[in-house]
Amino acid sequence: MTFKEALKSKKFIITAELFPPKGTNIQPLLEKARLLRGKIDGFNVTDNQRAVMRLGSLAICRLLQEQGCDPILQMTCRDRNRIALESDLLSASVLGIENILVLSGDHPTQGDHKEAKPVYDLDPVQLLKTARTLETGVDLVGKKLDGSPQFCLGAVVNPLADPLDLQLAMMEKKIEAGAEFFQTQPIFDSKLLETFVAKTKEFNAKILIGVFLLKSAQVAIFMKEKLGINISSHYIDRLQQATSPLDEGITIAGELISQMKPHVDGVHIMALGMEEHIPGILNKVK
Amino acid sequence: MIITKQKELNKILEQLKGKSKVFVVGCAACATKCATGGEEQVKAMAEELAKNQKTITGTIVLDTPCDMRIVKKDLLNNDKARQAESLVLLACGAGVQSIAQVCTDIYLVPVLDTLFLGSIERLGNFNQYCSLCGDCIIDETGGLCPVTRCAKALVNGPCGGAIGGKCEVNSDQDCVWILIYEKLNKNTAHIKKYRKIKSNTSITKPQRIKSR
Ligand code: SF4
Ligand code: SF4
Repeated sequence: MTFKEALKSKKFIITAELFPPKGTNIQPLLEKARLLRGKIDGFNVTDNQRAVMRLGSLAICRLLQEQGCDPILQMTCRDRNRIALESDLLSASVLGIENILVLSGDHPTQGDHKEAKPVYDLDPVQLLKTARTLETGVDLVGKKLDGSPQFCLGAVVNPLADPLDLQLAMMEKKIEAGAEFFQTQPIFDSKLLETFVAKTKEFNAKILIGVFLLKSAQVAIFMKEKLGINISSHYIDRLQQATSPLDEGITIAGELISQMKPHVDGVHIMALGMEEHIPGILNKVK
Repeated sequence: MIITKQKELNKILEQLKGKSKVFVVGCAACATKCATGGEEQVKAMAEELAKNQKTITGTIVLDTPCDMRIVKKDLLNNDKARQAESLVLLACGAGVQSIAQVCTDIYLVPVLDTLFLGSIERLGNFNQYCSLCGDCIIDETGGLCPVTRCAKALVNGPCGGAIGGKCEVNSDQDCVWILIYEKLNKNTAHIKKYRKIKSNTSITKPQRIKSR
């Protein structure tokens, strides 16, 4: 079943994120992908994430597809103007890549090329609309295309954002612009998840909730204090006391997925370079 | 108002290498308000240059150096300016180039960096609220400009990264989308404006306006 078919079905969907390397050594990434093949429904490939220059997402997506993994091409608005974005959407299409996740993208000042010009010519809502426009056989200026693409479009939402109503209003805008699925920031808090799920019930899009693999108590404390992500002290204690914090993190991620499973469309696993542990997480899911 | 800041003196002296006679020009409008190119700064610059072995043939603070008519009237035929080998200009990029258009045969040294169109909170505190995009949309955003005040210029924001109301890119700045939303949310008729998808902004604006 492809990712797109899974979205249309009642299946509990699992996606995960893979990071292209900084350089040309793609073997480690392809090995991780092979480990996950058949176990997850979609492989997000990030687009110079954290504004750090890396190998391109499109090339990796194509390589994954050749390995039998269904890729989700992440496209940020940070580095390309509308000409380049439209052109890359067409390129993705002819390479057989139909799943696209649209994001604004971290600002260059947060990455490793701090002096780079931030583009943001289109915003995510406009980029979603642009992709839908190309599907109708014309480009953004109304010129006719010789052959038109088809996409399965997604976007991101942050259920932890305050005010939440503003995120939800923005989410509705993204749906109106063409988003069929959403992937979220990681949630550790079941109360918050409950609220978010209740408020998005009527939305005409599948929502894959972010699940983060905590490899240590330090990471959890950093996320809590610096990123404002609500991680209960119960989890932090467990990580602190564990002889192997990573194993404990794997168990916690598995528990989170088990708790979410009855209530949500699916999950999006963020293992931050430790994707080889995703099968371990999935084994813990009840 | 155009916000400017003065370059480092050593950079200015570098540009003036080999020129001994200089004439200093200031601006009575924005650069005076900014305290970068008014009477006081022109005088200070002249003194500083004199200390560095330059002969000051004279100084002037033009009303508006960005107005070529003023440049023609008050600078072009100024005797003291004509005695100089170089003009040292305490004006913004528009002022410097208006002077360059008019005074074509003299070496120019701009000494201000032109930063942005700013709103003054108080002296020394300037905020960029408008980036002159040429296609104003703030009637739809509660009078707050996302093109300029959102770090990612999202016109259909927010991005979802704000923490405690502050922008994810710069924690000193409020997330303008939260401000916009709070303002529009006070009125049900206005919140509809948020829901409307704003189309692609255009940066094709005129670079030149000619009435005749
Ligand atoms: S939208 Fe913003 S940048 Fe454009 S003209 Fe209006 S205030 Fe200025
Ligand atoms: S946090 Fe707010 S102001 Fe900053 S980039 Fe995101 S939407 Fe724009």
